[in-house]
Amino acid sequence: MQGVSKLNKRENFWGYLFISPQIIGLLAFVLFPVAMSFYLMFTEWDFTNSPKWIGMDNFNVIFHEENFYYALRNTLYFVLGIVPVTTAISLGMALLTNRAIKGLSIYKAAFFLPMVTSSVAIVLVWYWVFAPDIGLLNNFLDAIGITGPNWLTEAFWARIAIIIMSTWQGMGYYYLIFLAGLKGIPEDYYEAAEIDGAGKMRQFFNITLPLLSPTTFFIIVTMLIGVFNLFQESFILTAGGPAFSTYTLVMYIYDLAFRYFRMGEAAVVSVVLFVIVLIVTFIQFKLSKRWVNYID
Amino acid sequence: MTRTKRGNFFIHLLLIAVALTTIFPFYWMITTSIKPSDAIFQVPPQLVPKSFTLEYFPKVFELMPMARAYLNSTKIAVLVTVGTLLTSSIAAYAFAKIKFKGSGALFAVFLATLMIPGQVTLIPLYILFSKFNWIDTHLPLIVPAIMINAYGVFMIKQFMGGIPNAYLESAKIDGASHPRIYWQIVMPLCKPAVITLGLFTFIGNWNNFFGPLIFLNSENKFTVPLIISSFKGVYTVDWGLLMAASTVAIVPIIILYLLTQKYYVQGIAMSGIKG
Repeated sequence: MQGVSKLNKRENFWGYLFISPQIIGLLAFVLFPVAMSFYLMFTEWDFTNSPKWIGMDNFNVIFHEENFYYALRNTLYFVLGIVPVTTAISLGMALLTNRAIKGLSIYKAAFFLPMVTSSVAIVLVWYWVFAPDIGLLNNFLDAIGITGPNWLTEAFWARIAIIIMSTWQGMGYYYLIFLAGLKGIPEDYYEAAEIDGAGKMRQFFNITLPLLSPTTFFIIVTMLIGVFNLFQESFILTAGGPAFSTYTLVMYIYDLAFRYFRMGEAAVVSVVLFVIVLIVTFIQFKLSKRWVNYID
Repeated sequence: MTRTKRGNFFIHLLLIAVALTTIFPFYWMITTSIKPSDAIFQVPPQLVPKSFTLEYFPKVFELMPMARAYLNSTKIAVLVTVGTLLTSSIAAYAFAKIKFKGSGALFAVFLATLMIPGQVTLIPLYILFSKFNWIDTHLPLIVPAIMINAYGVFMIKQFMGGIPNAYLESAKIDGASHPRIYWQIVMPLCKPAVITLGLFTFIGNWNNFFGPLIFLNSENKFTVPLIISSFKGVYTVDWGLLMAASTVAIVPIIILYLLTQKYYVQGIAMSGIKG
């Protein structure tokens, strides 16, 4: 008995020692800041004087500010634009290429390239692609007889421009995940269906889609979280304009905190964003029980 | 047979079309950066440049402290990568191979933090770092990134979970301690996962824009993405210069990516499909 408890002690010692750097990081740089955000929401603080408790006043201010609603509306607009389009394209490509194809690894490398270089520099390249008159895109449209819009200076098209760029950046990554998911579906399911005389369409709806659903679910949840946090695309490409049409919630947080030093109000918006993401993810988990199937 | 062949032909056409869309902006960036300005403004544009100039590239380094930014970005990305690989792999080892009290609950807490968006912690972190006098230093970009990487812990733990315990048992019987088993037995077997996480971390930190934007003020501390953003602010439509700056920022990452390409695809297959 004594030997066992000594062994347990030793296991505990090494266990806690090995996780200690990450646990300290978790406490200091995640959990403590989250708790502090919840406190800051109820204070007035400009960063120079000490924080003053003001109750719900920050909420009042934020919920009466037009910029908050612009930011919320645009963020939702981007979510509804980017998530379905990117999912559809990457799923479609994965379905078409889930077979032996010569040189597929070269194609994969090309598709993933935008994701790796998803830096400010690539946004700058798109800024040039979307440029009016001499930009690549409008020249291309001109060549096929379409007069391109002023991409970055018309509200509607500025949003479309950001959706195009974001889809372009993300589709290769999600394509690879979908493809990995498709490869995980056991061959014998299709063989059995073949024997039972099920056609390609039936196989797709009765085998592929249901068995791919955990992957689809994972992709939609991660992409949603990513798009809710959209920042640098708008910040660099359009600076939130024209007339706040591409202004996002994270840009709003950035402006409140680091341009106007309204820390309490910035904390309110960051927590609102967090709660929205939580609710959306929670709803997805609930809905997922109806359409996501796990193989045991 | 012929039907599949024709099918494959159309699939190749489609794949080539998609690959062209992903590659073309990069091609356009590089060709713009070597065109004289009258060629840049020519309509319709020259798809293949007819004349060359290298005038923009020296300017990229003269007009802004780009060389310095390169050094800064590399320093930050290397330190974070080495540090995070160490802290997340030892934590992953503990969660996967040591039976200690509360490990299940603690691991669940780690997973839960993956849900917390960076924006919620941003303002308190800014306050915390200004109390430490860390604003306008590289420390806010390095220390937290090393100390907490829930995604990294998760990914390596998943991989270590696949290593049979039998491999460890004989070493334990021989009296090897956990640090030795971790370093001599488990880590060598985890090479693919470690390399993948290392690459993701390096490139992610190299590309990071939001953190440097908030924590850095002086130009000589700027990272490459910040310098690029400054270029756009100052030289709004100087396309040749802007594209040269982008090329300088992107091409090394593309080269690194092409050299290590297989690890990404592997890594995504490893981490993506965990329903």
